Amino acid sequence: MKIRNVRILGGEPVDIRIADGVIAEIGPGLEGGEVVDGGGAIALPGLVDLHTHLREPGREDAETVQTGTQSAARGGYTAVHAMANTSPVADTAGVVEQVWRLGREFGHCDVHPVGAVTVGLEGRQLAELGAMADSAARVRVFSDDGKCVDDAVLMRRALEYVKAFDGVVAQHAQEPRLTAGAQMNEGVVSGRLGLTGWPAVAEEAVIARDCLLAAHVGSRLHVCHVSTAGSVEIIRWAKSKGWNITAEVTPHHLLLTDDLVEESPVGAYNPIYKVNPPLRTRADVEALRAALADGTIDIVATDHAPHPVEDKETEWSAAAMGMIGLETALSVVQEAMVETGLLDWAGVAERMSAVPARIGRLAGQGRPLEAGSPANITLYDPSARTEVDPWAYASKSRNTPYEGMTLPGRVVATFLRGRPTVLEGKLV
Amino acid sequence: MNRHLISAGDLAKDDALLILDTAEELASVSERSIKKLPTLRGRTVVNLFFEDSTRTRISFEAAAKRLSADVINFSAKGSSVSKGESLKDTALTLEAMGADAVVIRHGSSGAPHRLATWVHGSVVNAGDGTHEHPTQALLDAFSMRRRLGGLEGRKVTIVGDVLHSRVARSNVLLLHTLGAEVTLVAPPTLLPVSVGSWPCEVSYDLDAVLPKSDVVMMLRVQKERMNAAYFPSEREYSRRYGLDRDRFAKMPDDAIVMHPGPMNRGMEIAAEVADSARSTIVEQVANGVTIRMAVLYLLLGGESA
Repeated sequence: MKIRNVRILGGEPVDIRIADGVIAEIGPGLEGGEVVDGGGAIALPGLVDLHTHLREPGREDAETVQTGTQSAARGGYTAVHAMANTSPVADTAGVVEQVWRLGREFGHCDVHPVGAVTVGLEGRQLAELGAMADSAARVRVFSDDGKCVDDAVLMRRALEYVKAFDGVVAQHAQEPRLTAGAQMNEGVVSGRLGLTGWPAVAEEAVIARDCLLAAHVGSRLHVCHVSTAGSVEIIRWAKSKGWNITAEVTPHHLLLTDDLVEESPVGAYNPIYKVNPPLRTRADVEALRAALADGTIDIVATDHAPHPVEDKETEWSAAAMGMIGLETALSVVQEAMVETGLLDWAGVAERMSAVPARIGRLAGQGRPLEAGSPANITLYDPSARTEVDPWAYASKSRNTPYEGMTLPGRVVATFLRGRPTVLEGKLV
Repeated sequence: MNRHLISAGDLAKDDALLILDTAEELASVSERSIKKLPTLRGRTVVNLFFEDSTRTRISFEAAAKRLSADVINFSAKGSSVSKGESLKDTALTLEAMGADAVVIRHGSSGAPHRLATWVHGSVVNAGDGTHEHPTQALLDAFSMRRRLGGLEGRKVTIVGDVLHSRVARSNVLLLHTLGAEVTLVAPPTLLPVSVGSWPCEVSYDLDAVLPKSDVVMMLRVQKERMNAAYFPSEREYSRRYGLDRDRFAKMPDDAIVMHPGPMNRGMEIAAEVADSARSTIVEQVANGVTIRMAVLYLLLGGESA
């Protein structure tokens, strides 16, 4: 098969010939074979998400492995890491293998389950991390995401223990006592709105502690959804010491701010903007963008968090926290990072494909588009402009904060090991 | 005027003065032997109360009835709401019943904003979580104006749990609009971290502020707050921030004392201060009915029945 007329990382137009799921040849005017017309689109290595909630098992009303991976493919992803806060929790080899098998069965993208750090996400006892690592799902990323591993001893042991199989703990940094009942970023807007604040220090204090712990035991640490300027400073300092720390930022924290809770086209107190960690201030957004550009923050991860309509169409305090994001991630990154001149497409590929694959220890993902690499390819047209319509998405849920906004770019096609999962923007 | 009254901040100065002036006219109705006007005949006002607040509910009920509106009291306790019905479904039910106005009290900040997106009638915020209570601020302003004349340049001191107080938020916004100078006094733990961005002064020292105050408004302080370390003990709170007889003596002779109720006598306010001739606490209750009549009259009276 041949993909004709694409611009790898935005470069000169070339053709890509694929054989047996692997890139066989790249060059201008290649001969022969079945042809997919790239139409001058940008070719990126298939995107890899380190932070996806697929909701299955347990909340199939919000998302399933099938709809979630369809959503991922539509967003240009060829691999996702499925978070562990399902019901039952993914804290045993049995549950992670179930999720992994469902992913293989549907085949829209690779599904790599994240294992819970503690039994039932309860923060008391380590889950059987080794059993999950040794299972067919080969788990390498462990997280209690949604909850913080706040017990310092438990966190230390988890960081140490996963070294035996080259795993990584991905921490949801949230000091629980400082965030009891928290509803939104603590600041000017929360004070006016009378909503309980989620202070930046509750994130920053845990990140600082975890960096010190990781350094002490010589482990690697991954920090989920960094949301504050202060967190960026701490991570920058920790990295300057040479410690093995990686961090992610979500697309929504790169674009949206907490004043949307007070004033937006969808009305004040609309829980479509309720997310954890919360939307922060413009100064935080600027710091996060700069950190992603200079490598202090390594990757973009979606924290795609589907919720059914009835869990969002409520008063603020009763609403669920989270936003869907797989199908808008690349567009939001284009808007926040590329159009602003902070990143080029090579930088985007690094932060949305190569590095997340490296953190998750996925050998067959995130490889450069060159002969011999697995043919995981995303074709993207950055010139398109689309008004966000939640009903147009493959996700089962509609809780996108971008409804009504016009975002740049469109995923044209996605190839998973040479097989198209999306063509002309539609699922295959 | 907007169609709804959700935040005191939504009121322009002209709107606020119109409500106060209308209330002044309506006050005479309350002094008649037949306390009723035909203005809202055939209109339906629903009191939708998700929190127990008998005082506020009967105040709105009396106001609506004096304007001849039909009143439906919908208490969330023991209703479908306690069986898990959503706010949206409750709103749609009220809508189907043809509510012209919904007066909502809810424990969640912002619930009236959400309600306003689901119903066509006017929404009146009767207190939402720790956000706002605009008719309380209006009745407070009305009470101050009656005692002091105008509000322009008057110094109003609000003392207590500002962090959790919807009364304080609404009062700061409205009094600022009306040209008064507000000073908030509280222990730092009971002020929002962002209070510096509010249109008012802030002090931790009640004794320093009292001699310069035309109005001292004491807020209710929940004793449970000390369990979350907002202050060490009731006694310490009372010593540092309570309006006792000695502090009362430091106020100018013509300054007044206010409290939105219900009071913790002996905690934030001494009984003899609450009951003094310079206390407006009982008047505030009577003025509450009058101001709510004005609000309902202005929100609903303009449309044809």
